[in-house]
Amino acid sequence: MANIAELKSIASQVRRDIVRQVADAQSGHPGGSLGCADLLVALYFETMKHDTSFSMSGDQEDMFYLSNGHISPVWYSVLARSGYFPVKELATFRQLNTRLQGHPTTHEGLPGVRTASGSLGQGLSVAIGAALAKKLNNDPQLVFCLMGDGEQEEGQVWEAVMFAPHNKVDNLIAIVDRNNQQIDGSLDEVLDIGDLGEKYAAFGWEVLRMDGNNMEEVVATLAKAKSLTGKGKPIFIDMKTEMGKGVDYMEGTHKWHGKAPDAELTAKAMAQLEETLGDY
Amino acid sequence: MLDNIKSTGKKATRDGFGAGIDAISAENDQVVVLTADLAGSLKIQNFIDNYPERYFQIGIAEANMMGIAAGLANGGKIPYTTTFANFSTGRVYDQIRQSIAYSHKNVKICASHAGLTLGEDGATHQILEDLGMMRMLPGMTVINPCDYHQTKAAAIAIAHHDGPVYLRFGRPSWPMFTEDMPFEIGKALHMAEGTDISIFATGHMVWQAVEAAKELAKEGISVDLVNIHTIKPLDEEAILASVKKTGCAVSCEEHNRMGGLGDAIAQVLTGNHPVPQEFVAVNDSFGESGTPAELLDKYGLSVADVVKAAKRALARK
Ligand SMILES: Cc1ncc(C[n+]2csc(CCOP(=O)(O)OP(=O)(O)O)c2C)c(N)n1
Ligand SMILES: [Mg+2]
Repeated sequence: MANIAELKSIASQVRRDIVRQVADAQSGHPGGSLGCADLLVALYFETMKHDTSFSMSGDQEDMFYLSNGHISPVWYSVLARSGYFPVKELATFRQLNTRLQGHPTTHEGLPGVRTASGSLGQGLSVAIGAALAKKLNNDPQLVFCLMGDGEQEEGQVWEAVMFAPHNKVDNLIAIVDRNNQQIDGSLDEVLDIGDLGEKYAAFGWEVLRMDGNNMEEVVATLAKAKSLTGKGKPIFIDMKTEMGKGVDYMEGTHKWHGKAPDAELTAKAMAQLEETLGDY
Repeated sequence: MLDNIKSTGKKATRDGFGAGIDAISAENDQVVVLTADLAGSLKIQNFIDNYPERYFQIGIAEANMMGIAAGLANGGKIPYTTTFANFSTGRVYDQIRQSIAYSHKNVKICASHAGLTLGEDGATHQILEDLGMMRMLPGMTVINPCDYHQTKAAAIAIAHHDGPVYLRFGRPSWPMFTEDMPFEIGKALHMAEGTDISIFATGHMVWQAVEAAKELAKEGISVDLVNIHTIKPLDEEAILASVKKTGCAVSCEEHNRMGGLGDAIAQVLTGNHPVPQEFVAVNDSFGESGTPAELLDKYGLSVADVVKAAKRALARK
């Protein structure tokens, strides 16, 4: 069983890394990144079997695909903190010649990334392909895919949602960050996607729900999800989160989806997030 | 040399694709084939029968197909996606751009029913912009073979090439004339030696160019005929060697005159050895319903059009 306190302490540092990356670059997406910090920490420090020496094929490893690529700051921090590349490289986020491009890419060879993302709606398809390849290769490990909830408005997502159960892609765990926010406002205002769990269930997915900002629940639900794989159905986790979680003035609003804090607000954020592993 | 180029009968290039898939899938068990409800049109039934576990019916969901292919490539597979050329390119340009080209995935995008010659289905299906779109993607190899045999050879060769490929072919029965001729990606096929004019042709237009060259020969005009099956990377050496002999050029393609083979050749000529060039291509328009022959006629891609273009180029020397 995971040491929940330890995971929480890593998540606190990851949240600092997120705000510092975005503040330094004066661009990037803090809101969704902060909301998904607990999930990514749980995946990389507890749930997934993975090797930081990194191979593109990910043979005999669990793989993670980030479909909502704009939340790159949280992924970069978690990859660095788990040993994929030096933590100090986080200082290069969005700078010229960096491997830490605005949206994740394979182009600059950043370890941990297996596809470019940023144009929304594509990641679940790629994850399904990777899961099918694992089956062909008799590789028993799993594929995880994170998407945004606004991203669910893209038609391609539903092509993939329809495909996976029909083809019994049961080595796949898809998670949606249900923060109910996107760029122009809340999903209720822009385009309501309703009860996602019900929709995925109607397409034939095994559905779980969790509070994505409660580490105990995240770890337990991911373990449950793993236990449900290999039974003929893909697994879906409807993950409720708060956008901007951990920085009070960013919480629960779309306004910090893709905006950098100024020096004063950055200091305010730092005061709310404990430095647990040492800043880069 | 020109006289030796003879049609040995007619078959569709897409049949050549199917035959190529049969050959390469027997030889390489990493080859997997995906389709978006067009298995019959793309001639992959033998593959489906022989290797059901390596076949993925995606349904009418081309965007999803491109993404799944990218993911399969991550697991070491060599995915061939199959659908019509329109739905292989314009429909899914962003998916190809991000998940395949930019992400360096070893996916083979195999596209049938390209150009006007799909015929009666009309302009919704007759894509004339695909070569341009695919050429512009960094790292994409673009191949447009001319007959059954060359398409078969190309379908096999692309499995041995590491990187994304756009393989474009067509629907109609078409003369076969390249059996036993070599095929190498990126290497133009020199089909006839000549001194007065260079004709560079790709896809179905190679046969039109062969016929045109025979017409021109009757009038004493000697054609250097080059089959450019690989549009990217372009065999610049072969193109320049030819125009240095002849001093003028005609490009022939079943594509919009913008963005395709003609543009690619013009870029090579202007940068290295400027000579007059005439374009046989669709003049910036959509197609329409009709038989392949009627359409080639109406849109300026007939044998007579190639002959006329050659004479225009000659006159400008
Ligand atoms: C295909 C595509 N269209 C539009 C955008 C611009 N865009 C980036 S993020 C975003 C909102 C995404 O909302 P959601 O998935 O809920 O992510 P969150 O804002 O919660 O992080 C949009 C519209 C994009 N990146 N890709
Ligand atoms: Mg959202």
